[in-house]
Order: sequence, then C-alpha cells, then structure tokens
Amino acid sequence: MSESLENRGFIARSMTWINARFPWTPTMEKHATKYYAPKNFNVWYVFGVLAFVVLIIQLVTGLFLTMNYVPTAEGAFGSIEYAMHEVDLGWLIRYAHSTGASAFFVVIYLHMFRGFAYGSYRKPRELIWLIGMGIYLVLMAEGFFGYLLPWGNMSYWGAQVIVSLVGAVPIVGADLAEWVRGDFVLSGITLNRFFALHVFALPGVLVVLVFVHMVALHHVGSNNPDGIEIKNKKDEKGVPLDGIPFHPYYTVHDFFAVMVFLILFCAVMFFAPEMFGYFIEKPNFEIANPIATPDHIAPVWYYTPFYAMLRAVTFPLFGLDAKFWGLVVMAGAILIPIALPWLDKSPVKSIRYKGRISKFMLGMLVISFIVLGYLGTIPPSGFGTATAQIATLVYFSYFLLMPWYTQREKTKPVPERVTGGH
Amino acid sequence: MSSFECVKWSKFFGSFVVVLLGLSLWGASDSDWDLEPMKPNLRDKDSLQRGLGLYVNFCLGCHSLQYRRYERTAKDLGDIPKDLMLENVIFTGQPIGGYMKSSMSKEDAKNWFGAAPPDLTMVTRVRSPKWVYNFLKTFYIDDKRPFGVNNKVFPNVGMPHVLLPLQGFAVEDCFGYEAVDLMELESILREKKLEGILTRTDRETEVEPWDRLEGREPNCPELTTIPETGLYNVEQFDQAAYDLANFLHYMGDPSREIRQSMGGYVIVFLVILTIFAYFLKREYWKDVPKSPPRVRKEHTSEL
Amino acid sequence: MDDTNPSPVTRRYLLIATSAVTTVGAAGAAVPFARSWSPSEKAKALGAPIEVDITKLKPGEILKPAPEWRGRGIVVIYRTSEAIERLEAENRRLADPTSKRSVQPNYAKNSTRSRRPEIGVYLSQCTHLGCVPKYYGEAKPEPFDARWKGGFFCPCHGSKFDLAGRVEKNLPAPTNLEVPVHQFENDAILHVGIDTEEFDE
Repeated sequence: MSESLENRGFIARSMTWINARFPWTPTMEKHATKYYAPKNFNVWYVFGVLAFVVLIIQLVTGLFLTMNYVPTAEGAFGSIEYAMHEVDLGWLIRYAHSTGASAFFVVIYLHMFRGFAYGSYRKPRELIWLIGMGIYLVLMAEGFFGYLLPWGNMSYWGAQVIVSLVGAVPIVGADLAEWVRGDFVLSGITLNRFFALHVFALPGVLVVLVFVHMVALHHVGSNNPDGIEIKNKKDEKGVPLDGIPFHPYYTVHDFFAVMVFLILFCAVMFFAPEMFGYFIEKPNFEIANPIATPDHIAPVWYYTPFYAMLRAVTFPLFGLDAKFWGLVVMAGAILIPIALPWLDKSPVKSIRYKGRISKFMLGMLVISFIVLGYLGTIPPSGFGTATAQIATLVYFSYFLLMPWYTQREKTKPVPERVTGGH
Repeated sequence: MSSFECVKWSKFFGSFVVVLLGLSLWGASDSDWDLEPMKPNLRDKDSLQRGLGLYVNFCLGCHSLQYRRYERTAKDLGDIPKDLMLENVIFTGQPIGGYMKSSMSKEDAKNWFGAAPPDLTMVTRVRSPKWVYNFLKTFYIDDKRPFGVNNKVFPNVGMPHVLLPLQGFAVEDCFGYEAVDLMELESILREKKLEGILTRTDRETEVEPWDRLEGREPNCPELTTIPETGLYNVEQFDQAAYDLANFLHYMGDPSREIRQSMGGYVIVFLVILTIFAYFLKREYWKDVPKSPPRVRKEHTSEL
Repeated sequence: MDDTNPSPVTRRYLLIATSAVTTVGAAGAAVPFARSWSPSEKAKALGAPIEVDITKLKPGEILKPAPEWRGRGIVVIYRTSEAIERLEAENRRLADPTSKRSVQPNYAKNSTRSRRPEIGVYLSQCTHLGCVPKYYGEAKPEPFDARWKGGFFCPCHGSKFDLAGRVEKNLPAPTNLEVPVHQFENDAILHVGIDTEEFDE
C-alpha cells in the first residue's frame, strides 16, 4: 500500500489535486472513457465529428481572416485581395475558410441524412434533434452573412435578392427589408452589421449550441444503425452489452475518419478552391457593383435546393402574391424537419426495419433535394420550373405524409442486439 | 424567366435596367462566338514576361492591376532585375514596391469611355484565360461603334482596339475575301479618336484601295486580318494574345504554383498519417467482439 | 501481422508513431497562421529604404521636415567642426560614451556615431519610452540645463542626448539614440534602411 503511494508519479498527484478542484476525471469518464457508444456504428456516424472538425477550422481561419479584413464597402474587397496577394500564406487561410464553408454543409447534410435514415430524432432524442436544427439554422445564417463580406458582385447581389425577400412579408415587408439593410440599398452599413453577426454573435451561438447538442447526446446515449437502445441490455456492472468506451475505440476510429476527410478537404483547397464556381462563384472576383447585376444570380450550392423551391412558386394564392408564397414555401422547407420527431409514427426507428414506402420516400427525398439543388444553380426555365414544382411536392410529401405511411406499412422485426458494424 | 421572377426583378432592380442597357458594361452578356482553345502555361516564364511587357505598354494606361506590386511580379516572373523593371516596365514613376496602377483618373476614364475601365487583376477568374485570349483576337472594324471597332466575344464593347497597331485591320469576312478600302478605314478610325494609336505604329498609308462590301451579315462568323496592316503577322499576334492571357492568368491567382506544389506535399503527408491511423484503429478494434451480421430478410408482404 | 489477437507491443509502437506524425502535422498546420503574422508585402513596401536629399542641409541644423522611415522620424544632422571636436573630447557626462550597449551599425560605433563625422543619422525616438526628442542645437544655457552644449532633449521625461545622440548619465533613457542602417550615394543623396555597400564611400 505504502509502496504504491510512493510510486504515484507527478501526473497522478497532479490529477488528484485538479480533481479536488475541478471535475476533470469525472468529465472525461462521462464523455469519453466511460461513455459507451454502440459498437455497430457505420460510416454515417463520422459526420458529427467531421462537423466539429470543420467548426474548429472555420473558427481558427475566420479569426485569422479578421486580422486582415476591413469591414467597409470601400475596403472589404481590397482587403480580401490584400490577404490573397500580399499576406504570407494569406491565400491558404482564405481558401481554407471558403472551402470550410462548403465542407460544413456537406458534412451537415450527410449528418442530417443519417438522422433521417436511422430515426435519430425519435424519442428520447427529440431535443438533440431540435438543437441540431438550431445549429443548422444558425449555420445557414452564418453562411449568408459571411457571403456578403468579400463584397464581390455575387456577394452583393446574392444578399440583395435575399434581403429583398424579406420585403415579401405582407404590409411590413418593405420597412422590414429597409431595417435589415439599415439603408435604402444594400450598403456599407449593411456590411458592417453582417460582419458583426458573422464574426461575433453567430459563432458564439453556434459554439454554445454545439456544446448543448453534445451534452444532450451524452445524456441519452447514441442511436445506432439498428435503431435500438443499447442501454436496455446491460451487464452486471451496468455497462451496455453492445457498448464500447468512446475512448479509445471511437477516438482512434474517428481520428482515421478525420484524416480521410482532411485528404479530401486539402485536395479541394489546394487544387480546386473555387470548385469550378460552386464554392467561389466567378462574379465574386469582381468588386460589388450596385448598377451591374451578374448575368445569372445563383446562391452558393448549399442554399440552391431551397432557392429552387422559392422560384417554383409562380402563382398567387388567397389574394397574396407568388413572392410571398415562395417565401413561405422556402421557409417551410427549411423548418419542416423540426417536426420530424412527431411526424414519424413507425414502431421502428431505423430505415433497416421500416417498410418499403419509407425506403421509397427517403430515396425520393434525396433525389428531389439533389434535383432542386441542381435547378437552383441554373437560370429559370419553363421545364425547370415544372420540375422544381414536382420536386417540391415530393420533398414536402416525405414529411407531411409520414404519419400516414409510417403507420400503414409493415415493418420488419427489430433484433434484440445490434448487428453489423466493423 | 417566369412571371414571378419578372415581378420580383422589376420591382427591385427596375430602375437599374435602363442604366444597364445604356452602358453595356462589364457584365454584358456573352456572345455565342466559338472560343478557340487556350491552355495557359505558368512555367513558360518567357511568355509571362512578354505578357507583362505587352500589358504595361498597351493595357496599363487604362486598366490597373491594383492588387499587385511590380516587385512581386518581377520576382515571380523569373527574378527580373530591378533596373530592367524600372526602365522597361514602370512608366508611371512609381517605386518598384508600388501597386501596378493606371495613371488615368477615374473622372477622365468616365468621360472618355462612359465607365471606368475595370481593374484586370482577376479578369481571368471572372472570365477565363481562354475568354481573354479570344477577346483580344476578335476585334474587328465596325464603323457603327464609337471607337470604330467591335468585338465578337464581347459585342459592343466600350473600348478601342488597343492592339490594332500590332494586329492590323481585322474585318468580317463572310463572302470569301472581302475587299475593304483601307484608306476609308483609316479615316473612320481617325474620326473615332484613334489617331494616337495609329501614329504610334509609324505605318505607311500607301496601300492599294479595296472596295468595301455593303450589306454584311449581322453575325458574320469569320474574321480575316488584312495582311501587312499590322506590325505582327497572324502567328505573331496570336502569340501576343496568348502571352497577355497567360500573364493575366498568373495575375489572377499568383499563388497557384506554390499552392499546388504545397498541396502535393500536404496530401502525401496526410496519406502517411492516414495509414498510421488506420493500423492504430485496426489494432484497438481487435478488442471489440464482432456483432452478428446484419439480417437482410426480404419483406414477406407489404400491405 | 496477427489479425485477430490484440498485441500490446504493436499497439504501443503504433500509438507512439501515430502521435509523433500527428504532432508534426499539427505543427505544420500552425505554420500558415504563424507566417501570416510576418510583415506582409504591403508592410515591406512601406518599410522599403528611402532616399533623402541632403543638399539643403546646413551646418548646425537638422533636416526639416524630418524624413520618415518605417513609421518613425529620422534625424539627419549636419554638425559643425567645433561640435565634432567637442564630441570627441567630452564624454564624462555620458552613460554609454563608446556605444557598447546601444544599437547602431558597426560603422557608427565611433565618437560621432556616424558614417561621416559631420552627418549624423538617428531614429528620432527616445530610448526610454519612445517620445520624440527635440533638437536644441546651440551650445547655450537652456531652461533644462545651464551648461547645455547642444543636442536633443526629450520633453517627456527629460532625457538629454548630445549631438551624436549619446545619452547623459542618470537620466531615464538607458541607451543612445538608435542609428538606422544607411549609406550615402553621393554628397546629395542619403539612403536610409539599406546598406549594400553598393556605393563607394
């Protein structure tokens, strides 16, 4: 006994000292070494970690970008080019941030799809889902405000169009749009407030929401591809039979996943930072010009599905014009996943054990989202608008018909213990 | 454009439309002219240096490269010595560490051209090197335009054909070889205030008369350069246009070469790290007992 | 390699190797951020050497207006021969008469702290807290010193420097005024911020 006490090294003694003052070891145990995650995670379960990695990339590169950025209408464009041309490796930091913006949405959309497929929003994870949707909305706002900051011509007109959308709100619309801009046109005044929101307010909210998201997750435990609760089957020590400690098993697992992701990320960042006009649009290489609209205004790719839905509404209804209904449809499309936990009436969580209709509807949802995403990048046409209208209906039917088809279809029996995996 | 779109646009940008149409600015719509291929080559420092020389002689008078310094350009284009830069490149009296700015004031520019000539630092990123190459090659004589020339790639462009002394006269050529009165062309161009450029070439005006063909097609797909009217022959002029486009390609993203070589190293490093990470993961996961395989039973019946 | 049984030794080596490579990677990832803080090309261009025309400089005076280099004023002083003699003779009052602790190029480590005895080039910045010392060129009693022999007086905390920028003892400023690298192209042109030995001295 005394021997072991003598042998206690400096680190062990330090840990005792710290733990008496801060719950370091209990925290580590709760969130890593004794956080039991299902052992059958598949590749869809890495995107949460990847989103966290991208968040770090964005926070760090964003911090360093502000060191060269000038948030004025006169200076913004030039200051970005200053970072690109004159600051040592400034181009790398800028491209990391612009690539990171798109990468954020890539991993978030895949992360959300995982939730759709395996019923991660179902009881008891409704709050995780709602917080996650909050993160998604803040992220969209981040992207929107951030896109104005380079003060390129697409920045300007993209923001102009979206702010003008606010004007579609009946009665107060025009005043509201003016209030958002702080000016009669989009100007340096607008740029200043967007800058403050983008670099200060929203990142703070984002970090808090991500923290809460993870606290909630670690409280109820992770879902898995089988959609069954591993906490229902525990050994005599109270450890879930199908659970493995997050650390070290999922830390080494996710580390590998992060490395694969970084290879792809760097491939884009170093070799195709503009991603053929999808990550950085061509007109954004010329300075904002309030009297010359780019030939074709398209938002960045991650908004285009919703932009296509906005444009798909071409008819007035109930005495309100199409523009207003377009706004309603777009907002509805963005917000409707919030209701998922209460729309899904299936006795099973995972798509593995749901019926054919659910599988078909999920497939159609993905297809409609991709089709809408593509249509949103190209100029409107008659055929395109008709296709977008159909795709919009498909998109909404996934959600609105869910209470009906999830109850009606026959599901497969769910196994007692998890299956598959590594 | 759908009716919905029209309503939206007219409401918010209607007031700008008139201005847009009137000025036919930078963002004017692209023509359907078939662009010739052009592959930039940043390793060809001779081409880049020739491009720099052409740019400062013919373009920099109006179009700044305001985000770039002479010194860095000299360094990137093969360590051009300072004396050489000061003698042959910097005409504006700026220090070598200065930005490559045009000495023309914005007010003058607006008076002469109706709009300030855009900065061209990133023109190849807004358009493409191929576009710039073809743009430079497709000026042709058109007496209906204020500067006596028009362009196939950028119809109704609001600038003179600055490289005319090099290229000579290019004309639309739809009905075989077209006869054009050079004397008449020259007087048109003189009227269009291009005298300065013409005298710079010290070209003899004693050329045989050509008959100008009336009733040209509106979208003539062929251009022909009249031989012996410019300092360069067709191949030489193509090369000059290539050099300029190549130089502007460099200008648009001067970190491209270092970016790509650095990217190679970074990715090789990450691949090595990924291999380590993979084996580490595999080693640890030997502890984890395998789950039974997924059951993929067919649905017995649906409804 | 054994594919099924865990091997503690392999695991340990793999862990060490992966950690080592990761550390290298993390250090590499920090490089762009660290390098982005070094002077940009704009800063370098603004900090480029300057040319100073010294033809208008008269004995006993300093160049007005003071030329600026890297955001700081430069004192260019033309000393009279009497002043030079005095600088060589007197150093009892000085804190660092031989400029051992002060900052200057080697060619300015002499009694006049200059390349040419008559022309001195100094940063117009007190070595105490960076105020701009004022020039009192004449040897006559001044309010701050009854035995003033000419030099620079810092209005902030009263440090006194002689005509070679050498600080007096027992005053706040610890060292002599800094001498920037400089060279003379000829009798008319002085370059500050460059020292290439390109021109004959």
